Amino acid sequence: MIDYRTVYTICPFCGTGCGILLEVMNGRLEGVLPCKTNPVNQGKLCIKGWSAHEFVHSPDRLKKPLVRKDGRLEEVEWDEALSFIASRLKAITQAYGPDSFGAFSSAKCTTEENYLLQKFTRAVIGTNNIDHCARL
Amino acid sequence: MDRLREGIRDALTEGPVAGVMGLILDGGHPRPHLFTKGRIEDLDRLVVGEARYPLAAVLLKVLRNDLDAHLGIVARGCDERAILELVRNVQLNGERVVVFGVACSSEQASACQCPQPYPSSHLSGERVAPVSDSEGLDRLDRLSEEERLQYWMDQFGKCIKCYGCRNICPMCFCTTCTLDEDDLIQTGTIPPEKPIFHLIRAFHMAERCIDCGLCEAACPSGIPLRTLYKKMRNVVTTRFGFTPGITKEGKGPLQYLGDGKFGEQEGH
Ligand code: SF4
Ligand code: SF4
Ligand code: SF4
Repeated sequence: MIDYRTVYTICPFCGTGCGILLEVMNGRLEGVLPCKTNPVNQGKLCIKGWSAHEFVHSPDRLKKPLVRKDGRLEEVEWDEALSFIASRLKAITQAYGPDSFGAFSSAKCTTEENYLLQKFTRAVIGTNNIDHCARL
Repeated sequence: MDRLREGIRDALTEGPVAGVMGLILDGGHPRPHLFTKGRIEDLDRLVVGEARYPLAAVLLKVLRNDLDAHLGIVARGCDERAILELVRNVQLNGERVVVFGVACSSEQASACQCPQPYPSSHLSGERVAPVSDSEGLDRLDRLSEEERLQYWMDQFGKCIKCYGCRNICPMCFCTTCTLDEDDLIQTGTIPPEKPIFHLIRAFHMAERCIDCGLCEAACPSGIPLRTLYKKMRNVVTTRFGFTPGITKEGKGPLQYLGDGKFGEQEGH
């Protein structure tokens, strides 16, 4: 017997925060319906919201960090990726100063994550080069 | 409501029905859900009037995954029209779909401007009068051809090409869609080509649209889509004597190939 249910969540794409219902059939994401009773979008979505389920089971989805080694991207564990990023950031900012660093935050993140990135940029690195993806 | 809940409970526990598509109140939001024998307690949270979702389309999606399933649907007038039209278009097997009817309130009927706010029989609610809704169309029909074209071009100019009108429509059952076809329409760019993007859909709805208004309610740009499809419906009704959503048998005028003799073939 088929199991069909919906999971209520917020669209992952932009900062508007539209309510979506993920349609789950036998444990697989099959589609999206706009939430009719969410006061933000009132049953409407843009094309990104309507397609919000598509990346989840996509074969092209990145599930692990990639690090370029000898010119080729290789899957690595998070620990290795983060250590690599930290060591490069340290080397670059030590050699060229904190203003050699800049960060773009994202509408796909929560407010708290955005706060964290600006704090990291200003307090840890020591630069005001922080901006938002909407200005890209 | 109690009669409806009991009817579904009986069908699930004693009848051949394996699941019933309806709305469940969960986390403060009514949403589509397949009520099943295995989780009969979900029925305590069955709701009917709170929101409108394309339940017939969701039912079709489930049945496409399990062609032999025997399912039911909690259906308002519009949902039942959608079911009939899906059966007529050989998308659903009418023998395998049981309708649990719900008659809409007069508030709902006026909010929807509904031509038939009740299904053929119902277990919940009371029948209320249909609401006449030709005003928007009459106003446009009185305009000159030029003004009317300008009106629609202005409306189509607001489109953000979200495909919501197609995605939510219970009658958009095709598994491949002209509006996704690169050879026929520019995909992946905005704004949409107008008026062709909208007129393709309008023509495809001519003998299918059951006038539920879900498309217009889903349009972020406030384009009066239903008025457009209503026009198509009216043309098909007056010219060919065919109205979608009324019968589950027979062919619509666009389902005949070739000689254009629909009326004669059908004896109209
Ligand atoms: S369109 Fe008619 S049948 Fe459907 S919800 Fe509205 S009033 Fe009820
Ligand atoms: S009113 Fe809109 S959503 Fe409903 S059947 Fe017609 S085109 Fe589809
Ligand atoms: S729902 Fe409205 S904005 Fe979206 S594609 Fe349809 S007409 Fe355009």
